[in-house]
Amino acid sequence: MKTVYLDNNATTQVAPEVLEVMLPYFSQLYGNPSSMHSFGGQVGRTIRQAREQVASLIGATGDEIIFTSCGTESDNAAIRSALHAYPDKRHIVTSRVEHPAIRSLVSHLGGQGYRVTEIPVDNLGRFDMDRYRVSLTPDTAIVSLMWANNETGVLFPVEEAAEIAKSKGVLFHTDAVQAVGKIPIDMKKSSIDMLSLSGHKLHAPKGIGALYVRKGTKFSTFLIGGHQEKGRRGGTENTASIVGLGKACELAAQNMQLENTKVKQLRDKLENGLLNSVPNSRVNGDRSYRLPNTTSISFEYVEGEAILLMLDEFHICASSGSACTSGSLQPSHVLRAMGVPFTMAHGSIRFSLSIYNKEDEIDFVLDKVPGVIEKLRGLSPYWNVSEMVCAAG
Amino acid sequence: MWEYTDKLKDHFLNPRNVGEIEDADGVGEEGSIACGDALKLSFKLDENKKIKEARFKTFGCASAIATASALTEMLKGKSLEEAEKITNQDIVDYLGGLPPEKMHCSVMGRQALDRAISNYKGVPKEAIEGQIVCECFGVTDKEIEKAVRENNLTTIEEVTNFTKAGGGCGNCHDAIQEIIDRLRTKGESKPAGKPKLTNIQKIRMIEESLEREIRPSLRKDGGDIELVDVVGNRVLVATRGACATCHASQQTIKNFVELKLKELVTPELVVEEVIE
Repeated sequence: MKTVYLDNNATTQVAPEVLEVMLPYFSQLYGNPSSMHSFGGQVGRTIRQAREQVASLIGATGDEIIFTSCGTESDNAAIRSALHAYPDKRHIVTSRVEHPAIRSLVSHLGGQGYRVTEIPVDNLGRFDMDRYRVSLTPDTAIVSLMWANNETGVLFPVEEAAEIAKSKGVLFHTDAVQAVGKIPIDMKKSSIDMLSLSGHKLHAPKGIGALYVRKGTKFSTFLIGGHQEKGRRGGTENTASIVGLGKACELAAQNMQLENTKVKQLRDKLENGLLNSVPNSRVNGDRSYRLPNTTSISFEYVEGEAILLMLDEFHICASSGSACTSGSLQPSHVLRAMGVPFTMAHGSIRFSLSIYNKEDEIDFVLDKVPGVIEKLRGLSPYWNVSEMVCAAG
Repeated sequence: MWEYTDKLKDHFLNPRNVGEIEDADGVGEEGSIACGDALKLSFKLDENKKIKEARFKTFGCASAIATASALTEMLKGKSLEEAEKITNQDIVDYLGGLPPEKMHCSVMGRQALDRAISNYKGVPKEAIEGQIVCECFGVTDKEIEKAVRENNLTTIEEVTNFTKAGGGCGNCHDAIQEIIDRLRTKGESKPAGKPKLTNIQKIRMIEESLEREIRPSLRKDGGDIELVDVVGNRVLVATRGACATCHASQQTIKNFVELKLKELVTPELVVEEVIE
């Protein structure tokens, strides 16, 4: 049976074009870009080209891009750098729905004496700009807000938030791991100081990320070592992956239109189809302002892990914000921050698409999901037929 | 992804005995939708007081569904005495293992069974509960003690995996640690420090327990019991109604009345029937 992969916010397939440009760097082009000889030097040239490709996707310049090992490293480097740069400032502002890369880090820093403000969201996952505005103080060292939420796809108005931070002289970082390549980003027109991105979310391999640092921003090295990345991140370059990330960014720029037409249409077809065919289901998050590829749908009175494992029987890949999938005992912090009721939160499923998805795959999922939900509801002590009649009527 | 056994997957994808028995002899519910899993278990006895049919309904993950399905299979053909002896580890073994984070699913099955049997015996719910320790998941000290004892748990994390207690806000971690420490230092010994009862207190407690816990279930079968006297730790009772002519009344007195009184009043009690 064919795999239907609708879990692209977890990771994506490496684009065939990306793999192709990477392969020589695992074999004949193994030189170290720092070497004096031309054998290594030729690798250095392709890395410079990759840096330009990454910069170009987000409207930056090559020297504003630092290659890292992943999104998490980019996030750590950005926040720790800001705290080093402003040692007298002891306050961090973030949101309640950040990825663990930020959430765990600021909670760790909170334990080390930093004051942390987590800005809440409303029941559609929308950012509370008023609370944010008053949270910034002369003691605030950095703001870190995600551009797009990984679970719901809901976008934060980070451009506006960055403007406000700038007017108060506060550094602004955004975790744009889910947003880069899916929505247009132009750092030339932005007040954002630092931006994290990750390769494997945009059809490059795992193990490569980048941090954008605006020219003129104070930066303190996170990984201390050699002179690589102009001394801002030590360690011999992951040459093959850097070349791959460059190619992936070039492709993403070309495919941006496709994300917002074809991918969005497929996502909408899937979402509307499920809402129509499954009673007591609803979308989590603001449907009018979110990524084109993501939908988080809750199916009331059933549990997410059970849904995923039944979908797995049909080789359908998705993910869940339910407690049981993660090994924790409570539903995801994102759904809790949004106040999604327990009856809904435990049964949330995230479908995240990519340009590689086809319409017949969506039809297949639309054919299978209602039966899975019905089967599980048949087992659930909270579900009865009368409710279904109410919901339908 | 969890490492589930083939047997568990089979019970999840093809659950046995789904549903509710309309005229069930015992029904037990455990968990809640807020907790993320819940189980409703019901059983029916045959004329030999063996479980003829057991059914379940589960809201929860794959292992919650599979453990409930497995439990209903294990219950079939068992007497209540045999059923009472099933531990959560037996359910785990039946399925060939559970990931540590999912042990609470087996405990939920065990607890629903406890409740269903209590329901059959007419023991009110309150009697088998205790003090809530974990507010997030509504787990009592009794449930934690039982899980610690039956599975030799030594850390808070293990208690969380088995009972969910402590998996939310974490405010109860100290209380859980105290329970672990108390049971570990005392071993299997009964919680000491219970003040010695005066004779009058003892008689009053026996009377209350008979009234609240024992008579209702005897009356369901048309029987009754009366307290005649208390001599030291000897509790003298007389049977009435159907019990007086029932050849199994001796067993009822030993296995039910005496056990209950030992549990509720003091373990030294011995119940004897007097023929008037």
